[in-house]
Amino acid sequence: MIKLEKVTKVYADGTRAVNGMNFEVEQGELCVFLGPSGCGKTTTMKMINRLIPITSGNIYIDGVDNTKINASELRRNIGYAIQEIGLFPHLTVGQNIETVPVLKGWSKSQRRERAEELLELVRMKPSEFIDKYPNELSGGQRQRVGVARALGADPPILLMDEPFGAIDPINRVELQSEFLKIQQKIKKTIIFVTHDIYEAIKMGDRIALMKDGKLVQYDTPADLLYQPKDEFVEGFVGADRALKGLQLLRVKEVMTGTYTTANIEEKAEVVRKRMEAEGIDLLPVVDNSGRFAGSVSISDIMSSSRAANVKDVMNQSEATSDVNAVLNEALSLMLSSGLKTLPIVGEDNRLAGILTFDAIQEALHEAVKAGGTK
Amino acid sequence: MRRWIVLVVLLIVLVGLTVWTTSAGDIGIFHAFTYGDIIVHSKDHLIMVFWAVLIAVLIGVPLGTLVTRPRFNRISPLVLGGASVGQSIPSLAIIAIMATLPFSLFFFDFGFNRETAIVALFIYGLLPIVRNSYASMNNINPALIESARGMGMTRWQIIRKIELPLAIPVIMTGIRVSTVVTVGTAELAVLVGGKGLGTITFTGVFAREVMLIIQGAAPTAFLAVGLGVILESIEKLITPRGLKIKAKNS
Amino acid sequence: MLEAWEFIVRRPELLAEWVLAHLWIIFVAVIIAVFLGAFLGIFITGKGREQIADTTLYLAEIVMTIPSLALFGLLMLLLGSIGLKSIGFLPAVIALIVYGQLPILRNTYTAIRAVDPAMVEAGRGMGMTERQILFKIELPLAVPVIMAGIRTSIVLLIGIATIAAFIGASGLGVPIFRGIRNARMDLILIGGISVSVLALLVDGLMSLVERRITPKGLKVGRQ
Repeated sequence: MIKLEKVTKVYADGTRAVNGMNFEVEQGELCVFLGPSGCGKTTTMKMINRLIPITSGNIYIDGVDNTKINASELRRNIGYAIQEIGLFPHLTVGQNIETVPVLKGWSKSQRRERAEELLELVRMKPSEFIDKYPNELSGGQRQRVGVARALGADPPILLMDEPFGAIDPINRVELQSEFLKIQQKIKKTIIFVTHDIYEAIKMGDRIALMKDGKLVQYDTPADLLYQPKDEFVEGFVGADRALKGLQLLRVKEVMTGTYTTANIEEKAEVVRKRMEAEGIDLLPVVDNSGRFAGSVSISDIMSSSRAANVKDVMNQSEATSDVNAVLNEALSLMLSSGLKTLPIVGEDNRLAGILTFDAIQEALHEAVKAGGTK
Repeated sequence: MRRWIVLVVLLIVLVGLTVWTTSAGDIGIFHAFTYGDIIVHSKDHLIMVFWAVLIAVLIGVPLGTLVTRPRFNRISPLVLGGASVGQSIPSLAIIAIMATLPFSLFFFDFGFNRETAIVALFIYGLLPIVRNSYASMNNINPALIESARGMGMTRWQIIRKIELPLAIPVIMTGIRVSTVVTVGTAELAVLVGGKGLGTITFTGVFAREVMLIIQGAAPTAFLAVGLGVILESIEKLITPRGLKIKAKNS
Repeated sequence: MLEAWEFIVRRPELLAEWVLAHLWIIFVAVIIAVFLGAFLGIFITGKGREQIADTTLYLAEIVMTIPSLALFGLLMLLLGSIGLKSIGFLPAVIALIVYGQLPILRNTYTAIRAVDPAMVEAGRGMGMTERQILFKIELPLAVPVIMAGIRTSIVLLIGIATIAAFIGASGLGVPIFRGIRNARMDLILIGGISVSVLALLVDGLMSLVERRITPKGLKVGRQ
């Protein structure tokens, strides 16, 4: 979809900001441009929509050389979101989002419909926000409007330059996850510039790691982590790459599906006998519809009366993880709560499986051994 | 609320002074001007101010804007300095000197006539407009312009849709300041053959009659303050709503 | 032009008289205006005086929009009615003081307000009294802007003083006035050019003074 051929940028004072970039981004792919400051990632991105003119080489968008189209028209078909966001303060949220549709001559009702649609997409209630002004919004809200604005005229390509960089870390994680959900729905071809390796691993389908204007490695996150091409990549990725790899695995791929449980109606004594027989000291407890209710340990049972039900004896701890959660979040929870076995819940709070340290270690080892997707 | 009270009181005082001096009838060996005279002279006065400010805006706004562009950045100190000189030099000096010039420029002659006065007023009133145009266009957040470019706006669209709307409030302030100052300066126009309320004021000056001086000066002050109020209201109306709201987190 | 030159050559003492008179009247007015303006400006930055500050600044702004001749006329009336000399030096100086106020007042107020509160807090934390903070921190930092205000004021006053000639004061307005009255181009030019040169010279001089007086540390950042 976007093809870079020997793309080079040399400035008037001789600096080679970009030196012969060659790679191709597939349609519907989220490609992260990653690298240290000054590696040329932003410059390369800006050459795609010609905000920075190319010195030599070609960029083909959908087969067409991007210099053959009028620059302004080119940009109207490419969404653009920058770190400072740059919402126009004198226009309402709705008017901001409608900017490109206006440039393209859409009708008033078309534009309005699209603006409302996009606000829903970024999870901001249209009736509440569409007539507000940027100065009335919080940082996170402005960022979402920025994304909505970039998607205004439904462009096939999105260029994003550290779009979440100006947001505080807590909101940033949330925005990243939400954006991934949005991308699942809209499946745009996205170029995403960042210097944060965690963000790159989390967001990217493929990562283009750059240094000094050259492309060093262009691979999936897993390949980048487990099969770094050279010392630079290894160093950039970090010595804790195994831990970083936890981000790439989901709980549902690693958890154990078959396991013993206790029912809340059961008698505690009965359960104790079962646990002793199987040699387990902690059991998850479910209700009659399979919903997770808590966990029960042998010591819990021992310290209660003989006639008690599991219901009265169990521990109603809150520590669970969602089936779709990323593995590092689950591991962190296990470490902080002291649970060696983490209950995993799915829809409707139903118990879906359990997660153990052993399972995590095995899965990680397999991943490193397999070396990513190659 | 308080501001309006002060202004209204002031305007009433000025009207009062005008009425008082006009109804004085005979002043020394002179006769006070009539209300009709005052109206006629006010009209002439405003016409001069109008022309001077109009030309200042037509030349000053584009000029101030032009020197914010990178290509012309080098001559910006020259332009700003030039306009500033126009205001350092006393207004009276400008008017007086221009009146003595014995030649013609384009389609009008210098000398003792109204055109000279208008040109002098223009020179004197240029600075606030040029300086405000320059400052406001220069201080627009670059992120806004980058976003606009990235979204596909042409040069003109960026100026029209983003830069001008954001700069207009400050430019309007410059126009207001310039207008108010020009009303005051235009009083001197009579000295070089122009018309306006200076006619009344300077009759008083030459005759050494304070009442006549006030009869001319009070209406002038009234016009100055009044125009200031009107233009300030326009300024507020013209400011985009989004800019009036204080930023939530700065 | 030629006649103007001849005139100066013939009677240089007149030109000198006018220039000196002009400078004198401005000097007196500026000294008083600076003290008044600075004091008032400092006064209204005090705690709990925001209302007064707003009103004062607003009043000063309104006065500025009143044409100088109007103020002259009013002063002449007032002074005459209380029996003082109503023409010449006195009303001129009073009017100049009034007009010279605003730039100095406004700049002093704004400059002191703009001092980074962190610095004031640091001073307070070190044990300075409010007075010491004013004199050791706020004023030195405010000086450049106050200077700019004084400079604006002086240039403004040179212009207004020229008009003062019409109400009997001496100064460079006199040749202009007489020249117009008697249709003498040479006088007009002498007055007009001299006062223009004076204004530009003073403005240039003031900008140098401004630069000298700016604390070195602040200058380093300025381009």
